[in-house]
Amino acid sequence: MTIQNELKGRILLKNINKTTDEFKKIVQKEQPSVNKTANFFKAFLVGGTICLLGQVFQELFMTFFEYSQQDAGTMASITMIFLGGLLTGLDVYDEIGQFAGAGSLVPVTGFANSMVAPALEYKQEGFIIGIGANLFSIAGPVLAYGMVSAFLIGLLQTLFGG
Amino acid sequence: MAVKCKGQTFIFENPPHIVAHAAIVGPEESKGPYSDYFDLHLDDAKYGEDSWEKGEERMAANAVNLSLDKASVTAADVDLMLGGDLLNQLITADFVARDLDAPFLGIYSACATLVEGLSLGAALMDGGFADCVVAFASSHYQTAERQYRTPLEYGVQYPPYKQFTVTAAGSYVLGWVGGDVWITHATFGKVIDLGVTDPNDLGSAMAPAAAEIILQNFKDLNRGLADYDLILTGDLGITGKKVLTSLLEEKNIMADDKLMDCGGEIFGGQKQYGSGGSGVGASASFFGSVIIPRIKAGEFSRILFVGTGALLSALTVKQKESIPAIAHAIVVEKIPGG
Repeated sequence: MTIQNELKGRILLKNINKTTDEFKKIVQKEQPSVNKTANFFKAFLVGGTICLLGQVFQELFMTFFEYSQQDAGTMASITMIFLGGLLTGLDVYDEIGQFAGAGSLVPVTGFANSMVAPALEYKQEGFIIGIGANLFSIAGPVLAYGMVSAFLIGLLQTLFGG
Repeated sequence: MAVKCKGQTFIFENPPHIVAHAAIVGPEESKGPYSDYFDLHLDDAKYGEDSWEKGEERMAANAVNLSLDKASVTAADVDLMLGGDLLNQLITADFVARDLDAPFLGIYSACATLVEGLSLGAALMDGGFADCVVAFASSHYQTAERQYRTPLEYGVQYPPYKQFTVTAAGSYVLGWVGGDVWITHATFGKVIDLGVTDPNDLGSAMAPAAAEIILQNFKDLNRGLADYDLILTGDLGITGKKVLTSLLEEKNIMADDKLMDCGGEIFGGQKQYGSGGSGVGASASFFGSVIIPRIKAGEFSRILFVGTGALLSALTVKQKESIPAIAHAIVVEKIPGG
């Protein structure tokens, strides 16, 4: 005995008789379009502003606290991470994200957002199985593949870099 | 007492009455244009509890209790409760039933759960198995988002056709005496999948199921658009409603001015809510609080109420599965002389 159409059977639509491809065209026609050009500029504007702000902080740390350039960079990152976390907690960062897209997702503030957002969300399940277990639920893949890439680059440098 | 079945449609010989109904809505829904119609409004999505899940449970339980009060019955008078929600293991409905002294069946067809409950309840009553049935359903923005998507405060950009889960619970008491409307027919739908994979566009995934069930109801009852004053869909949203309109237009049914979508209406079509509301709370609150009074007032005398559900889970989306959908429909009429 053979099982016909195993896992492939689709109910015959006797009333609207549409194929998947025909239906896809209707959806494409009715869906409001996403303005990719506008998104590109918004992302550039917001992402650029965030980076500019980071640079301003770096200069301020160098000028007023007499940090070395490298230490001032680290301090600027810490400040930006703090601001990203704060704006997430104040329910503002997701609004910025809706406007800016990748512009606020890619910089270090976006990384802060991806850690603070699950921390707020899972607070109600407690510190260990809630916050602890879910803190990296969004940032985890970035860290995992970041470390894999770092390892591979390190390996290449050891082998061929001399 | 027998129930006739034609095609996919049950015809009730003794149509059960919707004796009473109650709806509680969340903070965002309370800002919408229909706010005043609902019984209770929450300022806080946690409803004073320490988690969103407990808040949803309290909201659903209070909607059920309020509907029982309005019908002047207690849980002990109820022969059967049919309830469901969007959370895993129907946990909201289960926990609501924990505190009510009545037999309970948990039901799920995503956002079509309320219509499933009303139609099953009506069928059981007309079949002689029950004299008083409660059908209830709830959905909650925060509990649903964290189950299906990413944490709320995560700054990801959503497309303009995304829908937002409605925080609302609705409960309906079916009986033989009282109320202004009754359920005369129920059409049960098949699971339909036309290959939509975008979990942000549930309206488009559900539109074919809605079109199928509307046409099936017309066919089974030998009716057309002219026989209904309103076709009320559950939560297709603004985009899904447009897709449904085009699907029906291809069958020469120009339904545009008779179509209304609970999810598309509930937030008043404001841009920040994308394509509008989704979730079973949309139809569970809107139908009872907004549409039943309009039937009572004589604005509509017979409507087709189509519940639409997208049958996805967070895992099927990650596994790149397409989104199957289901729709069930009931015919609701003003009780003659009522």
